[in-house]
Parts: sequence; structure tokens; C-alpha cells
Amino acid sequence: MIKETAAALGAKIAAREVSAVEVAQAHLDRISEVDGRVHAFLHVDAEGALKAAREVDAKLDKGEKLGPLAGVPIAVKDVIATKGVPTTAGSKILEGWKPPYDATIMSRMREAGLVMVGKTNMDEFAMGSSTEYSAYGPSFNPWDLTRIPGGSGGGSAAALAAYEAPLAIGTDTGGSIRQPGAVTGTVGAKPTYGGTSRYGLIAFSSSLDTPGPCARTVKDTALLHTVIAGHDPMDSTSIPQPVPDVVAAARLGATGDLTGVKIGLVREFSGEGAEPGVMAAFRDTVEALTKLGAEVVEISAPHFLYALPAYYLIAPSECSSNLARFDGVRFGLRVGDDGKRSLEDVMSMTREAGFGNEVKRRIIVGTYALSSGYYDAYYGQAQKVRTLIARDFAAAFEQVDVLVSPTTPFTAFLLGSRTSDPYQMYLADLYTIPTNLYGGPAISVPCGLSEGLPVGFQVMAPTMADDRMYRVAAAVESVAGTLTPPAL
Amino acid sequence: MSITALSFDDAIGRYEPVIGLETHVELGTQTKMFCGCPTVFGADPNTQICPVCLGLPGSLPVANKAAIEATIRIGLALNCSIAQWCRFARKNYFYPDMPKNYQISQYDEPLCVDGYLDVTVNGEIVRVEIERVHLEEDTGKTLHVGGATGRIHGATESLVDYNRAGIPLVEIVTKPVVGTGRMAPEVAKAYVAELRDVIRTLGVSDVRMEQGSMRCDVNTSLNLPGEEWGTRTETKNVNSLRSVERAVRTEIVRQSNVLSGGGHITQETRHFHEDTGETTSGRSKETATDYRYFPEPDLVPLAPDAAWVQELKAALPELPRVHRARLQKDWGLSDLDMQSILNAGAVELIEQTIAAGTNAETARKWWLGELSRKANETGVDLAAVGATPKQVAELQSLVDSGKLTDKLARQVLEGVLNGEGDPAAIMAARGIEVVSDTGALTAAIDEAIAANPEVAEKIRGGNQAAAGVLIGAVMKTTKGQADAKTVRELVLQRLS
Repeated sequence: MIKETAAALGAKIAAREVSAVEVAQAHLDRISEVDGRVHAFLHVDAEGALKAAREVDAKLDKGEKLGPLAGVPIAVKDVIATKGVPTTAGSKILEGWKPPYDATIMSRMREAGLVMVGKTNMDEFAMGSSTEYSAYGPSFNPWDLTRIPGGSGGGSAAALAAYEAPLAIGTDTGGSIRQPGAVTGTVGAKPTYGGTSRYGLIAFSSSLDTPGPCARTVKDTALLHTVIAGHDPMDSTSIPQPVPDVVAAARLGATGDLTGVKIGLVREFSGEGAEPGVMAAFRDTVEALTKLGAEVVEISAPHFLYALPAYYLIAPSECSSNLARFDGVRFGLRVGDDGKRSLEDVMSMTREAGFGNEVKRRIIVGTYALSSGYYDAYYGQAQKVRTLIARDFAAAFEQVDVLVSPTTPFTAFLLGSRTSDPYQMYLADLYTIPTNLYGGPAISVPCGLSEGLPVGFQVMAPTMADDRMYRVAAAVESVAGTLTPPAL
Repeated sequence: MSITALSFDDAIGRYEPVIGLETHVELGTQTKMFCGCPTVFGADPNTQICPVCLGLPGSLPVANKAAIEATIRIGLALNCSIAQWCRFARKNYFYPDMPKNYQISQYDEPLCVDGYLDVTVNGEIVRVEIERVHLEEDTGKTLHVGGATGRIHGATESLVDYNRAGIPLVEIVTKPVVGTGRMAPEVAKAYVAELRDVIRTLGVSDVRMEQGSMRCDVNTSLNLPGEEWGTRTETKNVNSLRSVERAVRTEIVRQSNVLSGGGHITQETRHFHEDTGETTSGRSKETATDYRYFPEPDLVPLAPDAAWVQELKAALPELPRVHRARLQKDWGLSDLDMQSILNAGAVELIEQTIAAGTNAETARKWWLGELSRKANETGVDLAAVGATPKQVAELQSLVDSGKLTDKLARQVLEGVLNGEGDPAAIMAARGIEVVSDTGALTAAIDEAIAANPEVAEKIRGGNQAAAGVLIGAVMKTTKGQADAKTVRELVLQRLS
């Protein structure tokens, strides 16, 4: 049962072939069986999951018509506020914090009858590409437990690959949904910025953070996308427009017909510094797409090369401000409050003890970049680069319908192999970051193996053309197939 | 201070003051700036809060349209241009009453810019130019318990009330006001008073300085004639109109003494003390705090529709200046009389007293006479003197109907100012009334005649001036509640 797609499980639950409680229990059992080795979860909410599943069954008993994902288990990245359920963002500073409210996407999932089985591991405050910066220890890639499952949303991706849940929620600031998807052989979509509400997503970089759906198939991803997307008055940056019909687009793509679709290959991401096996799998897939009728052209996006440095000024700048609220005054960890120390000392000691090194590194960089006298040279300049990158995308989308690239230059690397050099870690997001700076949607879908490890294929589309990306991603899936990891 | 201390006149003789005012006004919107929490003043601590105004992880702000509208209306009333496109910005600094440890404010893109407000001081119109009007959120309130100073340093406990956090706050900043010389303190006061009246007329805030819904920071610097502007200080905690004037005056005197003694002025925040009228040094700004402003990424830019702004402009109410000109005409007052009413801050009080049934002349007499005197004695603004227009009107109507004499009315007013209640209630409680019952008076007069036979004889002999003694005696017996004129008539009648 645990290897079923979300769509199939939903259909079986709706048809009363299996109860939501049975489905939830099967996944909870799987978690008990494998998560000691995978460590995808920071918190498993068995009680909450069974309660939600019972409610779904009760509604079905009464003959209520529910959505296609009612009763389907889901794993939620621990950066999403869940009412009454611990939410740590992978940080010690929030250890034990139980939000008094649900994130908007969480409320929508509850309304759709999704059954949350637990909160997944992540790099602290979503800063990282391997989950090694989680304050609670890393997650392990189900394809090879000595390797990273990607990051920051490595827990969500690992949970999918380990069959601990058929659906998961991630958040993508520079690639945190797509890169874990790529290295675990799963699917992860970053919707258009503003297409999914950020209300209740613990902010890393407000202008980039985007919650999105993760699954093992493109169609499941699209179904979850439909549940969580759409305008939210609680998020000022949420786009007040109808959600594109991504499920229909995925069905269309799955027919294997891409006639009339123009695909652009980004010349600047043509493989320099990338693993040969990654490029080979990518090129084979592009070749296959042409056979489905797609027209493939090369596109130059010259400013994509500056995306990484611009990102590493903008994201830390915003994070230095966003993370200021973690001071021990109102919630979370408080250190040194012995009645003698000053409030300022307690705030300072709390942050010293509560944040990990990568988070501190970024707070320091961001504080510097926003400082008077440096602002123009760093933050201001990075914003200009951001505009240029957005123009590159706009120009490209005048010529092609979507852009494609490998999701990440290399497959899952060994745990510990990149933690000593932040730049080597940052390179994991080389191909994913431009989209975040632009704001459009992008998806990673498996496209084969390189030396036995999954390779991700990235499809990027114009803002609010999320449907276009699902169509092409489903076509990729139709030629590359889904990947099955070795048994754990 | 040295023995050769300069007086205000000395200071003005030697230096030219430059002043600037930053005024914060809490808007009277139903809900907070970025969330749906209520804004009622005086609720129990931490009862008007939610994840947003508490800055809980994951929460996001959404701008309050009513607050934006109110700010634009203030801008329009102050003759500002309204930005076609602007953004909020984050002002980053750590303080426990700042839930997010940044304040959502506006920085280099304020909503309203380049306006002015004309004020009249001593018959002269002074144009105070407005640099900007912007919108931001208020902070919470911290109470530092223990420690000697009540400030954060040395406190054993700090208690924070976040009810105020997120209440919309409009900041109105003037350009430097130059060339006002000895009028500088009065210009400052007149500006704040005029601004308060404008905002009250717009109905967007209750602008009560004593409750903190209007707060003023006063910048002051001095320079020698022809030289560059001096270093300025920013005086905070200026919580009444009177204090605005005093704070400028105090700073001018203080700075002139520092400068003339060869010292230099430190750029700093100073605290004004209502009780002494002095300012003391606060946080030094020479190592300026770096607020690391950047555009607020959680909020979309503001782009007020031009047609909407035009509508708001067309719908502005009659502004105080125009209103006052009309009143002056209606009340039939000279410029000088009107000016003295303005200086006393009595326009609205008189207007309301008239509305409560008194004529213009008597309303003016009360507020500029007895009540102004009292306000000066106790050092409060006239509006805070302790009597309401309704009470004054009631008092006057008691005089008009003969139930009180002028002298008794003043006693009743004492009671009103003491907070004893409304005039009629005070008369009853204190047993004040005009003794007009001739029976009681006759008895008192007979008593006085019996006690002073020689005086009575003199009056009988035609010496009417001697009646004063008997009248005095009667007034004493009746505790002053008899009408002296009536007593005199009765005495003469009796002894004729």
C-alpha cells in the first residue's frame, strides 16, 4: 500500500476499498520501521494523524463527497506552522515551540482531508542543501544512507523516497524543494512566487520563500499543488488570480505529446562544473522530448551566472532581519535568564546558544550587506542583478515556452563532504536559484540515474504559467519513468 | 550653571535658533496597522494581540487600507504631494517591546512629501514646511520593574504589553524652521496646536497628548548669525502643548550657555521633565544607530490611485484656519481678541460652550479669565484645566437665572475644578445658594441692628454710608450667600 501514488490511495479511500485509518496506520508503521535509519522526521504525530484519518472515514460514512486527496498521508516540512504541533524550523531556538495557529496551506490541507503524519527534518531555517545544518542531525538518502537527501527540504524528499508518505510539503527559497527532489529521485515543484501563501511559513528570505508540493509522481504533485495554491488575503504578496489548472496540464503532458511546445536550453548551464553523468541523463531526456514533438532551441541568459552571488546577498540580508524576532522574549528557547542578567544579555545569550553556525554566518553577512555605507554596494547591487535576471527570463519566454536544465550539477553527495566549504555547498543550487530571483515556477522531475543515483530535470516557466511546467514535467516522466530506490 | 548664565533674551540676542518637529499620531482606526486586532485604549495587558502583532514565526503583515487613507488625508490637509508609488521599509533594532525586532515604517519613500502648515503667532503668519508624512506601526510598552531608574538598565524584571504594538502611527516631520528668532518656542507650540486641530478636524485620531495618541519630539539647534546651523538635540517626552513651548525655550537657554561657555553641543536625545521644565541627556546619537533600512519584502508596494486621492482631497472638511476665520466673524471679534483666544488654545472650548447655550462674550470671559488664570497657575493646557464647556455653560446659566451671583459662581467653579462634579451638584453639596428669602434676611438684619445699636442710630440719622457695617454683618451671618444689593436695600428700608 505504501508504494501507491497519492491519486490511487485517494481513489481507493473514496471508493471505501481501504479506510483512511488503515492508510495512515500503514504509513505510521513504515515510519516506525525505517525512520530510525532515514531520519526524515523531527516529529511524528501518530495521534493527530489517526484522528484526522478517522474524521475522513466518518465523513465518508455519512456519504460526504471529499476531494481526491482526502485521507492521503502527508509529511510537512518543519518550517510550516502547525497548530499545537511542534514546529522548530530545524533550529534549537524553537525547540518545543507549538504554534497557536495553522499556516494557510496547512488549513487548506486539513480542509482537503489530508492526513499529516509528521514534521520533516530540514537545514536550520531552510539554510542549506543537505540537511546537515539541521540542529537535530541530518537525514539520510534512501538511495544510499551514506549520502545526503538534499536540502533544505531533505526530510520531505527522503520521506517520499522511503515510502513514509506519498505526499510532502517543502519550501523553496533557492532550490530547497527541487534539489532534494532531484537527489532522491522524487518530484518537487516550486510554484510561482505568490501562487502559494507564505502565511505560517517561518520566513528565511521573504521575497524568495515559496511553499510547494512534493510527491513521487508529477500528477500527485499537481493534485497537491491544487490544494495549497490560490490567493490568501493574509499574505500581501499572494497573487489574486485563479490557480492555473495544473492537474489538467499534467494529464496532457502524460499523453506524451509535446507538439508545438518550444523548449529552451540555457546555454550558461550547459554543463561546466557539472557531473558528466548528470549532463548525459539530461541530454538524453531533451533528446527524448524532441521525439515527443517539442522544438528545442538554445537560449542565452547571460545574467544567470550572477544569480548565486546576488542570492547570497539578498537572502542573508532578509534573513538577518527575519530572524531578529528569535530573542527568547516571547517564544522558544531562553538562555541565561537567572534574574540577575540584563534583558539584552539574555537576548544575546539565547541567540548565541540557539542558532547554528550556518545561520549565524548568514545573519552576519546579511547584517553587513544592509549596513549604512555598504547597502548600495551589496544589497542594492544584488537587487539590480535580480532585475537583470528577471529580464533574461522575460526575454527567453518571448522565444520559448519553458526553459530546461539539470536541477543540480551533481547527484547526492556523501555526508560531510561539503560542510567544510560553504561555497561547495552553495553550488548545489546553481541552477535553481535564478528562478527564485525571477519569481516564476519551476519543477524537478527524475530523468534517470548517474552512477546509480537519481538525476533531476528542471523545467522553468513564466510566472503564473505553472500549468505549462507541469505539462512538460509530465512528458519527461512519460519518457524517463519514475525511479524506485533500492529496498531499505 | 555659572553665575553669568544667559537668559532667554540673552540667548536670542546672541544666537539664531533652528527648530524642527517630529510628531507621532496614533490613528483611530478600528483595527491595527497590519492585523485585525482592536485598538481600544486601556484594555488589560496583552489582550489585544494575535500572531501578527506578536511577531510570531510565520506570521505576515497586511496593510490596513483605512490607515493608508487617513495618512493620505493628513498629507492632503498639510498640502503635501501624495506618492504615486511607495514602499514600507523595515527599521531594524533590538528592543523587547518590538515584537519582530524591526519596525515596519517608511524610509526613503514616504507616502506624503513636501507640504506646509501655516500658523499664526502674535498676529504674524509663519509657514512651517512639512518634509514628510509617513505611516508606521507603534511598538509595545515595556515596564521595567526594580532598579533605581525605572529604565532597562538595572531592572530586575521587564514586563511587556503588546496591546499597543501594531497600532498605526503617522509620523509628521517638518523641515527645519528658521528665522523665527524669539518666537521659536511659540511657533513650535502653535504648530503642534494647529496640527492637532487639523488632525482632529479630519477625525482620524483623538490626538490626546496626555494619553500618548499624539507625541512630539522637538529638535533644537543654535547658530551665530551668518554661520552654519549648529548641532541639534532631539528632546523627547514632550507631552503637552505647553511643554512644547517650554522645551524649546529650555533648550535654547541651555545650549546658549554651553556655547557661550566655549562648550560644544552633543548630538543626543534629551528627555523633557514636565515638573522642572528641564531637559536631561538621554541616549547619545553621536554613534548613530544603524537601522539597516530596506524595503519591506512582506508587503506589496503602495500605489494610491490618482482618482481616489483626488476624491479624498475633494472630500476634506473645512480646515481649522478657515473655520476660525468664520468663527471670528460670527462672534464679532477683533483680530486681537481672536488671537488671544488662539494663544490660550480656547477656540474649540469657547465654540463648545456656545453650543451648550452660552453667548460668545460670556463664554470668552470664562475661558480667557478665570479658567486661563487657573491653567497658568497649575501649569496645564486650558483644555486640561478641569472644567468642560458644558459645565461652564451650566454655570453661566445659573448666573443668568439669578441662582448664583458672580462671586458665588467663582466658588462653584472652584468646586468644578476640584472635580466635585457639575455646578448644580456642587451648589447642593456645598449648600451654596443666593439667599433671596426675605424672611431669613429680615431676621439676619434685625439681629445685626440689635447687635449694633449706635450704627443703626447713625443710619437713622441719615448716614447711609454706615450701612456697610450692617451689610457686612449680615453677609457674615448668611455666609456670603445673600445678594449684597438686596441686603442694602432691606437695611435702609428698615431704618428709614
